[in-house]
Amino acid sequence: MEKSEGVQWWGGRGAVQSFAAMTASITAAAGGRTSVGKKVAVAATGLIGVGFVFAHMVGNLKVFLGREPINHYGEFLRDMGEPIFPRSFVLWTLRLVLISAVVIHITLTYQLMQQSRRARPIGYEYTEPVRKNPAARTMRWGGTALLLFIVFHLADFTWGVHPDFQRGEVYHNLITGFTRVPVTVIYLAAMFALAMHLYHGTWSVTQTLGVNQARWDRTIRRGATALAVVIAGGYSIVPLAVLFRLVK
Amino acid sequence: MPLFGSSDTDTRPDSKLDSKLPTGPIEQRWDTRRFDLKLVNPTNKRKYKVIIVGSGLAGGAAAASLGELGYNVECFAFQDSPRRAHSIAAQGGINAAKNYRNDGDSIFRLFYDTVKGGDFRARESNVYRLAQVSVEIIDQCVAQGVPFAREYGGLLDTRSFGGAQVSRTFYARGQTGQQLLLGAYQALERQIRAGTVKMFSRTEMLDVIMVDGRARGIVVRDLITGEVRSHMADVVVLGTGGYGNVFYLSTNAMGSNATAIWRAHKRGALFANPCYTQIHPTCIPVTGSHQSKLTLMSESLRNDGRVWVPKKAGDNRPPDQIPEADRDYFLERKYPSFGNLVPRDVASRNAKEVCDQERGVGPGGRGVYLDFADAIARLGADVIRSRYGNLFDMYERITDEDPYKVPMRIYPAVHYTMGGLWVDYNLMSTIPGLFVIGEANFSDHGANRLGASALMQGLADGYFVLPYTIGDFLASAGPDPMTPDVPEAKQTEAEVHDRVKRLLSIRGDRTVDGVHRELGHTMWDYCGMARNDAGLRKALDRIPELRKEFWSSVNVPGENESLNQSLERAGRVADFLELAELMCIDALHRTESCGGHFREESQTPEGEAQRDDENFSYVGAWEYSGDLSAPTLHKEHLEFEYVHPTQRSYK
Amino acid sequence: MNLTLKVWRQKSANDKGAMVAYEARDISPDMSFLEMLDVVNEELTLKGEDPIAFDSDCREGICGMCGCVINGQAHGPDHGATVCQLHMRKFKDGDTITIEPWRARAFPVVRDLVVNRSALDQIVQAGGFVSVSTGSAPEANSAPVGQAVAETALDAAACIGCGACVAACPNASAMLFMSAKVMHLGVLPQGQPERYDRVSEMVETHDRLGFGSCTNIGECSAVCPAEIPMDVISFLNRDLIRSRAGRGMKRA
Ligand SMILES: Cc1cc2nc3c(=O)[nH]c(=O)nc-3n(C[C@H](O)[C@H](O)[C@H](O)COP(=O)(O)OP(=O)(O)OC[C@H]3O[C@@H](n4cnc5c(N)ncnc54)[C@H](O)[C@@H]3O)c2cc1C
Ligand code: HEM
Ligand code: FES
Repeated sequence: MEKSEGVQWWGGRGAVQSFAAMTASITAAAGGRTSVGKKVAVAATGLIGVGFVFAHMVGNLKVFLGREPINHYGEFLRDMGEPIFPRSFVLWTLRLVLISAVVIHITLTYQLMQQSRRARPIGYEYTEPVRKNPAARTMRWGGTALLLFIVFHLADFTWGVHPDFQRGEVYHNLITGFTRVPVTVIYLAAMFALAMHLYHGTWSVTQTLGVNQARWDRTIRRGATALAVVIAGGYSIVPLAVLFRLVK
Repeated sequence: MPLFGSSDTDTRPDSKLDSKLPTGPIEQRWDTRRFDLKLVNPTNKRKYKVIIVGSGLAGGAAAASLGELGYNVECFAFQDSPRRAHSIAAQGGINAAKNYRNDGDSIFRLFYDTVKGGDFRARESNVYRLAQVSVEIIDQCVAQGVPFAREYGGLLDTRSFGGAQVSRTFYARGQTGQQLLLGAYQALERQIRAGTVKMFSRTEMLDVIMVDGRARGIVVRDLITGEVRSHMADVVVLGTGGYGNVFYLSTNAMGSNATAIWRAHKRGALFANPCYTQIHPTCIPVTGSHQSKLTLMSESLRNDGRVWVPKKAGDNRPPDQIPEADRDYFLERKYPSFGNLVPRDVASRNAKEVCDQERGVGPGGRGVYLDFADAIARLGADVIRSRYGNLFDMYERITDEDPYKVPMRIYPAVHYTMGGLWVDYNLMSTIPGLFVIGEANFSDHGANRLGASALMQGLADGYFVLPYTIGDFLASAGPDPMTPDVPEAKQTEAEVHDRVKRLLSIRGDRTVDGVHRELGHTMWDYCGMARNDAGLRKALDRIPELRKEFWSSVNVPGENESLNQSLERAGRVADFLELAELMCIDALHRTESCGGHFREESQTPEGEAQRDDENFSYVGAWEYSGDLSAPTLHKEHLEFEYVHPTQRSYK
Repeated sequence: MNLTLKVWRQKSANDKGAMVAYEARDISPDMSFLEMLDVVNEELTLKGEDPIAFDSDCREGICGMCGCVINGQAHGPDHGATVCQLHMRKFKDGDTITIEPWRARAFPVVRDLVVNRSALDQIVQAGGFVSVSTGSAPEANSAPVGQAVAETALDAAACIGCGACVAACPNASAMLFMSAKVMHLGVLPQGQPERYDRVSEMVETHDRLGFGSCTNIGECSAVCPAEIPMDVISFLNRDLIRSRAGRGMKRA
């Protein structure tokens, strides 16, 4: 992993610039001028996120197979695409896609949120929702919590702000990381936020992309619930297992 | 004995009433007329300004169609959107002589049924045209995307309605009026976007501007700012709906009013058959003095419900404790062959009769049972639910009673006004340049309208008749732009201003609604379902007094310069107070019974309406004389070449 | 029964406005909510005060003229019905009831509970029609429409245009209203030729008029008196995507 030159290979500052330009143009093009177009882009990027969190969750579960398999898996991520592509190229491409997705997701969401804010300059004295739908009503708060968590999480496990961080030693980092109770609590709280976000988000995607229909609605709702529980649950059992010393 | 104007038996044509009826074989009359009508050069059309007051089926359809033709149209409505005109509330359906069912319907049969249903008080030529055009209406509406009910094969479904023996009523669940109006509204919005129609919502017409004996504009009040201003045009069209709210309680919308046609009447347009009102038998009874309007339930309920009251007067046991032997299924008893399906007027009158005998049910004793117990026992609650589920829900919402368990209570309510401004075959009133369409004119329904025929007439007028006939008038007149600063406009504006000011300055101790309620009571008691000489005279004594009380003691709070709903209502009620008198005068003069007009003095030995063709086979058109109590009667005699007048019988 | 009303009073569009309390006495449970307001207004009138302005016309739930937020819910606690169909038996003696106008930038208050909803007409103007001029229609039965399709169209076309969806939406979006029209015309053969341009222009107009952006919460459908289902929105979204894809292809 020390060979971070891989990054240099395809260009430093230019890459950042072209990345920014690309993201911006995708945002504009995918979003179009309409609120619905923007929402479609939020949904598409949300879906990328769903794919990522699912894959990442499955990867994490390798911790139960022991130290070697998960460290090996960490290595594999970097070796992906070799020898056709240079080392870390595919990983960085994926990372870029993910980062752009998050940037687009958040930017457009923010724009839409502003649109909605402006749409009701004077609010109600009193409101009493008919549809108590906490997941749907907390997408923005939950999303912000997720963003903060992502930063924390990257700092902790990727950039190595972790007190006992060893590069490449995924298993070690995991165990030492989660033996700290506050970290586990933050982690679990974030997973709750993720579950809520996914529960509404997954159903919402079907609505936004226009595949939902009344007769499938219940099925899609159930599927969304299942996905949210599986993903958030899958993530949560790792720190819990560490905390309760099921993996050491 | 003649009470007003010329002698009853004088059949010479009245010089005021040139009905411009075409001649020749009835099937060809409309075609002939269409060919004879002058055309406006397409490139000239935008030079003509057309004012249309009303955005209901009649006004909305006319505004859209004239906009499409290229005229420069301005359309007015008092609601906040053209889509809210009261046509939206029609439930049952719309008739058309498509004969899709192969059940013997034809244009001629629809024509025949309508003339007969109108008790031989309508013009044959008009009714025939209506039946002809009905076919095109359905085509037009389907093309607009009106989602009519369909059969499994994907073709249009129809049902038989209001006792018709053929199945010619097209419908969209219980919301046919809504869907038809949305079709017209969408066509209108398309023209608004195209710039051919300018829409003025929340704008009420308060007078007609006459220049050289011709209608050249209207004075309106902007209901939000209170601004009173004039709009000028080459021709003015009124499609402002019916005046059933004279009765205070009716199935009409709260804002339905007579102001537009009444103001036009006072400027010289003759008012025809004002006393012809239709009372609908299946409405939800009044629950108390707070009642603001009455809700109609589809007539189709009488297909499965049985109407009854207790045999004994004053029997107030709950319905389930009244044994079969103590019940009187009065419609089935009196009309063994039609039973519960007798026409609207017959069903209504009989309900009133049993209530007058103190056999009515429910609070206040003004109601009869409409019982589904037998139908539920025979067909099961599910079948009944599938047929009438939404109506039962609506009933329960309003009354808090479950009609699956206890019989519904129903009572007749004012529903439609066949009377209106007199128009010739071309739909022009006696004021040149003032056309009247839809329920606002005296229409093609004679003394009684058949179910599902008002929607047909409104759309026929708006889509298919007016666009031809108005062109003829305009082509003859030539374009003549006029600005609102002509003295006639200023003068009319000033009069409107004065009236508004007067209303606001009274500040008495009665509310507008209070006076309106009292007027309604008087009208319902003496000029309602059954009328007689003594009662009408009583009403004629009371109404002018009430009018005086209104102008001296009503309290209209607020000011003109903002949204002032009390002021809007006050203006409307002031006009109702005048129109009511004319209705009673008309009802008093017409000593025969016909259709919705039942004079107790004129009935058969069995108590059925007895027409007097000898003396009353005419349209009674009233001219304002300057004295509200002494209008002048003009008569348009009716000829029947194709349908021979017979006495209706439903025994 | 006796009630306390807290009602939004605002003299004109430019006035600031405030909640004002009124007592409603001797209210019968058989009254409709608007009849209760009529009674309060008659009293105010006789006292020489300005009555509370509110819209209503048909008073049977079909014209879409009435509408206000009652105790925090659009059209009040009786869901699937308009204010004019709401009856006082849904309340208890001694209740305090808050009554507010629809709130949205696109629906400025005209007076008290009356708002200007012409933005909804403008959305329809943008494309909510079939371009068929009078007289040009083919024979009605020449294009059969399956019964299920006709029913679906009517489910969507049942919208009464009251604006409750906008009022209730936390985002003040008019998606349910707009989608109902897009679906009504979009499923029928008559609506096909203009289908994709229609959706595109309507959505652009919707945004321009200052409505918010839908987040699929479903409050709109929950308060809708015509019970328009949420999947109409899904239908619009799909058509918008196709419309954009179609345009891209046309350009390329
Ligand atoms: C409850 C109910 C059910 C019905 N069911 C059926 C049915 O099933 N079948 C059937 O055929 N008929 C039915 N009818 C009758 C039918 O609906 C009406 O006769 C018809 O719709 C009238 O249409 P219109 O265009 O003439 O007037 P309306 O639809 O009443 O329109 C009047 C227009 O004029 C405007 N207006 C009025 N006064 C003024 C003014 N002073 N200034 C400016 N604008 C003004 C209004 O804003 C409105 O736009 C029913 C009627 C009712 C009340
Ligand atoms: C783990 C990463 C994330 C995933 C998997 C994810 C997933 C999703 C999905 C699937 C949607 C539904 C889109 C739609 O409405 O159709 C969505 C919407 C949304 N997301 Fe995320 N998201 C993630 C991160 C974030 C972050 C970091 C934010 C930060 C602000 C955020 C804010 C939102 C908001 C506000 C919405 C809009 C809700 C709506 O319109 O219904 N999300 N997200
Ligand atoms: S007044 Fe027409 S819907 Fe309420």
